[in-house]
Amino acid sequence: MEVMEYNGDIVKVSDLHFAYPDEHVALRGISFNLCEGEKVALVGPNGAGKSTLMLQLNGILDGRGAIEIGGLHLTRDNLPVIRSMVGLVFQNPDDQLFSPTVFEDVAFGPLHMGLPEEEVYARVDAALEAVRMSAYRDRLSHHLSVGEKKRIAIATVLSMHPKILILDEPSAGLDPRARRTLINLLRDLPITMLISTHDMRLVQELFPRTIVMDGGRIVADGLTKEILEDEAFLKEHGLEKP
Amino acid sequence: MHYTPAPLHIPDGFLNLVVSIACWVVTAIVLSAAVSRTNKSLGDRQIPLMGIMAAFIFAAQMINFPVAGGTSGHLLGGALAAITLGPWAGMLVMTAVIAVQALLFQDGGLLVMGANILNMGLLTAAIGYGLYRGALGRSRGTRLAVAGAAAWLSVMAGALATALQLWLSGTGNLQTLTLAMLGVHALIGVGEALITIAALAFIFQTRPDLLDEKSLFARGGRGWVLAGALISLLVVVLSPFASADPDGLERVASDLGFINRGQSASYHIFPDYTLPILGETSLSTIMAGATGVLVVLVVAIVAGRSLQKRS
Amino acid sequence: MHSDAFDRYHHKHSLIHQLDPRIKVLITVAFIISNALLPDGAWVAFLLAWGFVLVANVLSQLGIGYTFRRSFIALPFALAAITVLFSIPGKPIGSFQFLMWDMTVTDAGLLRFVSIVIRSWLSVQMAILLVAVTEFPKIVHALTHLRVPAVITMIISFLYRYLFVLTDEVMRLLRARQARSAASPGQRSGGSLGWRARIAGHMAGQLFLRSYERSDRIYNAMLARGYKGELMTIHPHHFERRDWIICVLCIVGMIIMQWTGRI
Repeated sequence: MEVMEYNGDIVKVSDLHFAYPDEHVALRGISFNLCEGEKVALVGPNGAGKSTLMLQLNGILDGRGAIEIGGLHLTRDNLPVIRSMVGLVFQNPDDQLFSPTVFEDVAFGPLHMGLPEEEVYARVDAALEAVRMSAYRDRLSHHLSVGEKKRIAIATVLSMHPKILILDEPSAGLDPRARRTLINLLRDLPITMLISTHDMRLVQELFPRTIVMDGGRIVADGLTKEILEDEAFLKEHGLEKP
Repeated sequence: MHYTPAPLHIPDGFLNLVVSIACWVVTAIVLSAAVSRTNKSLGDRQIPLMGIMAAFIFAAQMINFPVAGGTSGHLLGGALAAITLGPWAGMLVMTAVIAVQALLFQDGGLLVMGANILNMGLLTAAIGYGLYRGALGRSRGTRLAVAGAAAWLSVMAGALATALQLWLSGTGNLQTLTLAMLGVHALIGVGEALITIAALAFIFQTRPDLLDEKSLFARGGRGWVLAGALISLLVVVLSPFASADPDGLERVASDLGFINRGQSASYHIFPDYTLPILGETSLSTIMAGATGVLVVLVVAIVAGRSLQKRS
Repeated sequence: MHSDAFDRYHHKHSLIHQLDPRIKVLITVAFIISNALLPDGAWVAFLLAWGFVLVANVLSQLGIGYTFRRSFIALPFALAAITVLFSIPGKPIGSFQFLMWDMTVTDAGLLRFVSIVIRSWLSVQMAILLVAVTEFPKIVHALTHLRVPAVITMIISFLYRYLFVLTDEVMRLLRARQARSAASPGQRSGGSLGWRARIAGHMAGQLFLRSYERSDRIYNAMLARGYKGELMTIHPHHFERRDWIICVLCIVGMIIMQWTGRI
């Protein structure tokens, strides 16, 4: 399959390699770009390296190769700025929401960016508004349903005003209604997105462009419509046509 | 979900103000050392780790197994926390667990929390890490056995300290308190030892890197071995004294102005336990206690070995 | 299972609910200290202290008997104090035979025993009320303000957040064990003591590893949101005139208790 060219400028990844300390090689030469405002799906079987790639984009894991976010090279010095630009939401909301109350969790990012208190309050309210959870500000995190937790988890990074949103398996474990609410939310958020998922119906519905990973490599990067039509290719990489 | 209180948590009202505050002072001093140590030496990763481990100890205390006659064994976790996280972090983790149990569930009081932390968090961590550190470098079976013995002793230390605090507060008679506390906890301690051994064996098997000797060494100095051994020795020496020959301790306490001499026992419920060969001397009492401890140690070592073999 | 049963907070809009959490923590501790200071047999003062608890119950809109109904949690521990009945010299007021011993209850012993139980019972009620009218995270904030080291309050915050998650995990493990512990009719089930202990220990070990790995993921989630080794928090608490008034009233109340306890 032909790899399409994008004149992306918000994320540039070139020839990224990474191996874990136990010598398991997770990434073998990853290169791709994301345009501003683009919503891209990242699919592939378990162990393909999707989660590792996501952790790289936020500088939590440090591999060999070059990453550029919003024109800034990912280096140790740039790390704080990069982390405020890349909103990373982890798969399990119980890991993402580590504070006792919703307010504290949404305020965590802005507070650690060193913003003044009034600004923190304003951002918390705006972020909760964006995920339509304003009424939940003073709730205790452990009282939320899974769907509510997922939305609050997105608010916890929106409050940092990221330039790009990276979500790991956002629709996993949701019942149909909660999944629908989440899909509508993702569609309406006016922000660049890279979303890792196994939910091919979600991919078909929401993302014009798809990146397929397998064995630490990008095996396809192109229009979702075209990729989903090639059933043999999908099967080869453990995927299914929706 | 039912929250069941554990027998070592002293509620408010059972210790007097002087004893409560004295325990708070000791606890506060040790904890401030722990806080400054963790602030200095441990990475930023340590805060979430200790937080989740506190939740782990809290949850692990709910794991029980039937022993006999409707009683069940379960874990207090002080020794396990100190062995896996190091003494300072173990103490802080146990402190958080005891604080939440007292604040949220009223399991243990607030004014007496200093005593509860001392009994279940500080003594247990010192014995748990101290004895285990002494066994580092030995074979895995030996280390497990020592961990089990340390877990048992840590529970006994907590029980003895509780009995002494109650007695110093004038809440009961020294001999009965120690006999009852140590008697009940000798059994509870066996459950503690068995679970601690099996849990460590499981970690050895699946993630041996977490029990890596080098990092275990680094978490506390050689002084811990001494502290652990000294506290254990104190438990071994004091237990038989307090339960069989309480007059001596009572005299000391009344000389120091802790208790009113009139409060002491006017009777002895249980016959003194002594070794017949040595006659009724203090030495004999100590030897009897030491023998008892030795027997338990042997049992723990055998149990540790056999658990190790099977797993 | 839902761990909500662990929650002790009752949402209301009472005067007591709205007090500054620091005031509530301090008054609770002061009340418990006051109880500890009351001499044995200070019945009037004990009665006043109970009145104090009842008023606090009513003002919290929880109903006058709220803390009373939950106050028996510490009672089993009274067993530990039972020996004072016999061990304090005084006028014998009754004796009975227990196995091979003659036990004599003295008046001084009885007085002391009853006083200890009452003190404990009053104190535990106040602690019950504190968590019923204050959300737990606010109590933790109050502790931070009251100079409890930040490391400890942060561990407590994490503990509170993940207590629910991990106890759910334990319940799943226990249920899985139960589901597999079938017994054939007429057979003793469950294996040897060592075997049962080993299963329990493996559950603890498994939970330990899962928790350890979870703490890694949480650390990553914190890093991703700008954590640099120092936790920052906002505590929006301000003393108001109401807080000061209640505080003074409570102190006066406790002074009166102490005074009646000593005349």
